[in-house]
Amino acid sequence: MTVQPILTARGLVKRYGRVVALNHADFDLYPGEVLAVIGDNGAGKTTLIKAISGAIRPDEGEIRLDRQKVDFRSPLEARDAGIETVHQTLALSPALSIADNMFLGRELRKPGFRGRWLRALDRDKMEEVARQKLNELGLLTIQNIRQAVETLSGGQRQGVAVVRAATFGSKVIIMDEPTAALGVKESRKVLDLIQDVKSRGLPIVLISHNMPHVFEVADRIHVHRLGRRLCVIDPKKHTMSDAVAYMTGAMEPPVEAAVA
Amino acid sequence: MKKTVLKAGALAFAGATMLALSAPASAQEVSACLITKTDINPFFVKMKEGASAKAEELGVELSTYAGKIDGDHETQVQAIESCIASGAKGILLTASDTKAIVPAVKKARDAGILVIALDTPLEPIDSADATFATDNFKAGELIGQWAAKTLGDEAANAKIALLDLAPSQPSVDVLRNQGFLQGFGIDLKDEKMIGDEDDPRIVGNDVTSGNEEGGRKAMENLLQKDPDINVVYTINEPAAAGAYEALKSFGKEEGVLVVSVDGGCPGVQNVKEGIIGATSQQYPLLMASMGIEAIKKYADSGELPEPSPGLDFFNTGVTLVTDQPVEGVESIDSEEGLERCWG
Amino acid sequence: MSDAGAAPHKQDFEEVLDRSDKSVAAFEGHEKNLMDRLQHFLHGNPTMVPVIVLAISIIAFGFIAGDRFFSAFNLSLIMQQVSIIGILAAAQSLVILTAGIDLSVGANMVLASVIMGNLGVQLGLPAPVAIGIGFICGALAGALNGFLVTKVRLPPFIVTLGTWNIFFALNLWLSGAQSIRSQDIDAQAPLLKFFGESINIGGAQFTFGSMLMVLIFAVLWYVLNRTAWGRHVYAVGDDKDAAELAGIRTSRTLVQVYALAGLVCGIAAWAAIGRVGSVSPQSFQEANLQSITAVVIGGISLFGGRGSIIGPLVGALIVGVFNSGLRLAGVDVLWQVFAIGWLTIIAVAMDQWIRKVSA
Repeated sequence: MTVQPILTARGLVKRYGRVVALNHADFDLYPGEVLAVIGDNGAGKTTLIKAISGAIRPDEGEIRLDRQKVDFRSPLEARDAGIETVHQTLALSPALSIADNMFLGRELRKPGFRGRWLRALDRDKMEEVARQKLNELGLLTIQNIRQAVETLSGGQRQGVAVVRAATFGSKVIIMDEPTAALGVKESRKVLDLIQDVKSRGLPIVLISHNMPHVFEVADRIHVHRLGRRLCVIDPKKHTMSDAVAYMTGAMEPPVEAAVA
Repeated sequence: MKKTVLKAGALAFAGATMLALSAPASAQEVSACLITKTDINPFFVKMKEGASAKAEELGVELSTYAGKIDGDHETQVQAIESCIASGAKGILLTASDTKAIVPAVKKARDAGILVIALDTPLEPIDSADATFATDNFKAGELIGQWAAKTLGDEAANAKIALLDLAPSQPSVDVLRNQGFLQGFGIDLKDEKMIGDEDDPRIVGNDVTSGNEEGGRKAMENLLQKDPDINVVYTINEPAAAGAYEALKSFGKEEGVLVVSVDGGCPGVQNVKEGIIGATSQQYPLLMASMGIEAIKKYADSGELPEPSPGLDFFNTGVTLVTDQPVEGVESIDSEEGLERCWG
Repeated sequence: MSDAGAAPHKQDFEEVLDRSDKSVAAFEGHEKNLMDRLQHFLHGNPTMVPVIVLAISIIAFGFIAGDRFFSAFNLSLIMQQVSIIGILAAAQSLVILTAGIDLSVGANMVLASVIMGNLGVQLGLPAPVAIGIGFICGALAGALNGFLVTKVRLPPFIVTLGTWNIFFALNLWLSGAQSIRSQDIDAQAPLLKFFGESINIGGAQFTFGSMLMVLIFAVLWYVLNRTAWGRHVYAVGDDKDAAELAGIRTSRTLVQVYALAGLVCGIAAWAAIGRVGSVSPQSFQEANLQSITAVVIGGISLFGGRGSIIGPLVGALIVGVFNSGLRLAGVDVLWQVFAIGWLTIIAVAMDQWIRKVSA
């Protein structure tokens, strides 16, 4: 019994005026894997990710989640379907607390009358859950769950954003350049975090320019070039320079790695 | 795309409107401008009505302008410039800043335009070709005399609150205030300044902006200073109405004399109901219509308007309105006041 | 740090990390002197700044101006005098928290009061109906602002500058520049003056208007701090893009904020009729800017997303205390205006200072 991909896209096309950003692009994500998406600037990988996370609607093509056809009209719809995105900008509100940010847009209300009629927030419950989730994923360095997110370091903020996605994501997690702004130590922590999330069974789509990080955590690497998927390679069987060469067009990929 | 079109459309619309509104008057007809302090004070609304009616009667084309708020001097300067550009023959003006408007007025006069100050004299008064005004000093004097005579012997122990217009002390403010004090019998010191008096009967001055809210606040503030106030001078009737509300909330509406200036219909109604003891009635309709007449005459024959004998302005008249007349001060009662009132 | 299943493939250069300092960063503790401690305390509790200023100024003016200032009656009178600006400051706070500004709050209020007055007195509609329609007009006016800001994407300053003029003109047109006299209101629709009534407690006179002001702040405090919508308002003001990405419908929230602010202006209109005693189209012309002054002195950041709604209530009271105290001390009106100007600048400067903290 072959394992079916949890998220697929076939023949995606997206045009912006005369520019074709996606040129019949395909995509497959298998359960429990970390799939890295690499490609040079302008290759269309951002557009691809936006399409599967609901930020844009493709002009042609179809996307299937769990074999069902889906058509996301907004990122919220993708989120409701179980696809969580950790954006490059993190989408955290600096002045609000960690707990507030965790539940931003999906706040918990107190049960009963106070929740329904007075719409009271269940602050205690949200803080408890936030603390628990942060512990589970090893972010013990954060002392006070009520401190404003702006007081955290870059790596800690990244951690909060990842934990948020892992908490609410039920099917797929997308991470856009998670280590781009971080130093060596903090990147290490985020990479460990990615492994933790993977070990809980959630597949991760990882967009990154950082080859060493990609080669460390990815199970498969999707190389995107000229608006379409060029090939999918196994990091154990190819080198980093191979990957860069395929990405930039310096080398043609071998037949068995090309699009399936 | 859509919002660029929307914004462009809005700008085009605004531009077209501005062009339409600034179209110059036809050269054949006599045209005149009326520039009031604001559009919001019923006094100026009435002035506009009077001017418009007379203008229509005499075949004068009238453009009206007003500042946004009392003290909006800039709009008035721009209005004068527009009038010069449009070839008006005469300008009727109630100035927000009676000193600062003088250069703009000079420009207009140099262009051969007849400029008549209405209600508020410019400083110096001869900056305008003529002034048609209430004798604001007399208006204050009448109510001051009335208050003093009504109190009789007690006037020597009166406690007086003075509710003025604005910290910038425009001429109408100074004239009425000082007129009141003179009529009451208080030494003015410098009659060009408010607040320099040292008579112990004066509890204090405060400003009201000439509206009910200001009147209420100013009255409360002065009552806090001295709760035994029994005479209240107010710059105009809206301020008086606000002051009365404050007196009521302090439980002092009986036994306090409230006097005012204006003679608008709501104000005279308040005299009738005992809220205001006496008010000096002025005639904005008359000011405006006489102003238009003067402009027409000037346009036809070059004749300049004459001031009233003994005065450096043309007195359009002021009458004391009260239902409690006192000896030695001529007055009319509130019924007659209502017949002659405006607003 | 937790271990993953398979040993991660570490880069060679990262092996050095095993030998290096594990903590991400360490700060040398420096001596915290009194100023630092104060700054730190205020950073954690920024609303304390206006509260402290209020307390100090009441005490100071008590000394300067004596019993006439410090009496229960005068202090309650101050509350009355700031009640309308206070309510408008509540509306203004909502908008400023979203990093916007509303220059039309005063004009909106006066227009609503003219509508209420005309319907209730001139046309003789039942007072509750007239008042209700006034509320709706206030909310609609606010919604117009919200629509122009979110759909037509114009900056709030420009939008509300325009609507200030529009509401002002409508006010003049509807009222004919005429006030509706107190006695006429008493005859036709006394309910309009409800918030002018007062109760006396031990020498202090509390109008229903002052109580309404406190009630409105309490309700808004609850909404902003205890409901999800309130969190969204802060998030939108703090970082609109982040909020949008986090799943908040920022445009909808903004329109709701402006509409709610407009509704509060409508409520202020009813209270204003009680405060002034008549329906006065000429009053409250400086209310727009005065409401902004109270918000700024109350410590809400003009950049949005920060500040407690209780601040502007204290801010309004501070302005009232200064005006009353200076006046009773015999200071001319000019210097009162001067003092308020400096207060505003100092308030913003203090806000900047306490934000700088090495947490």
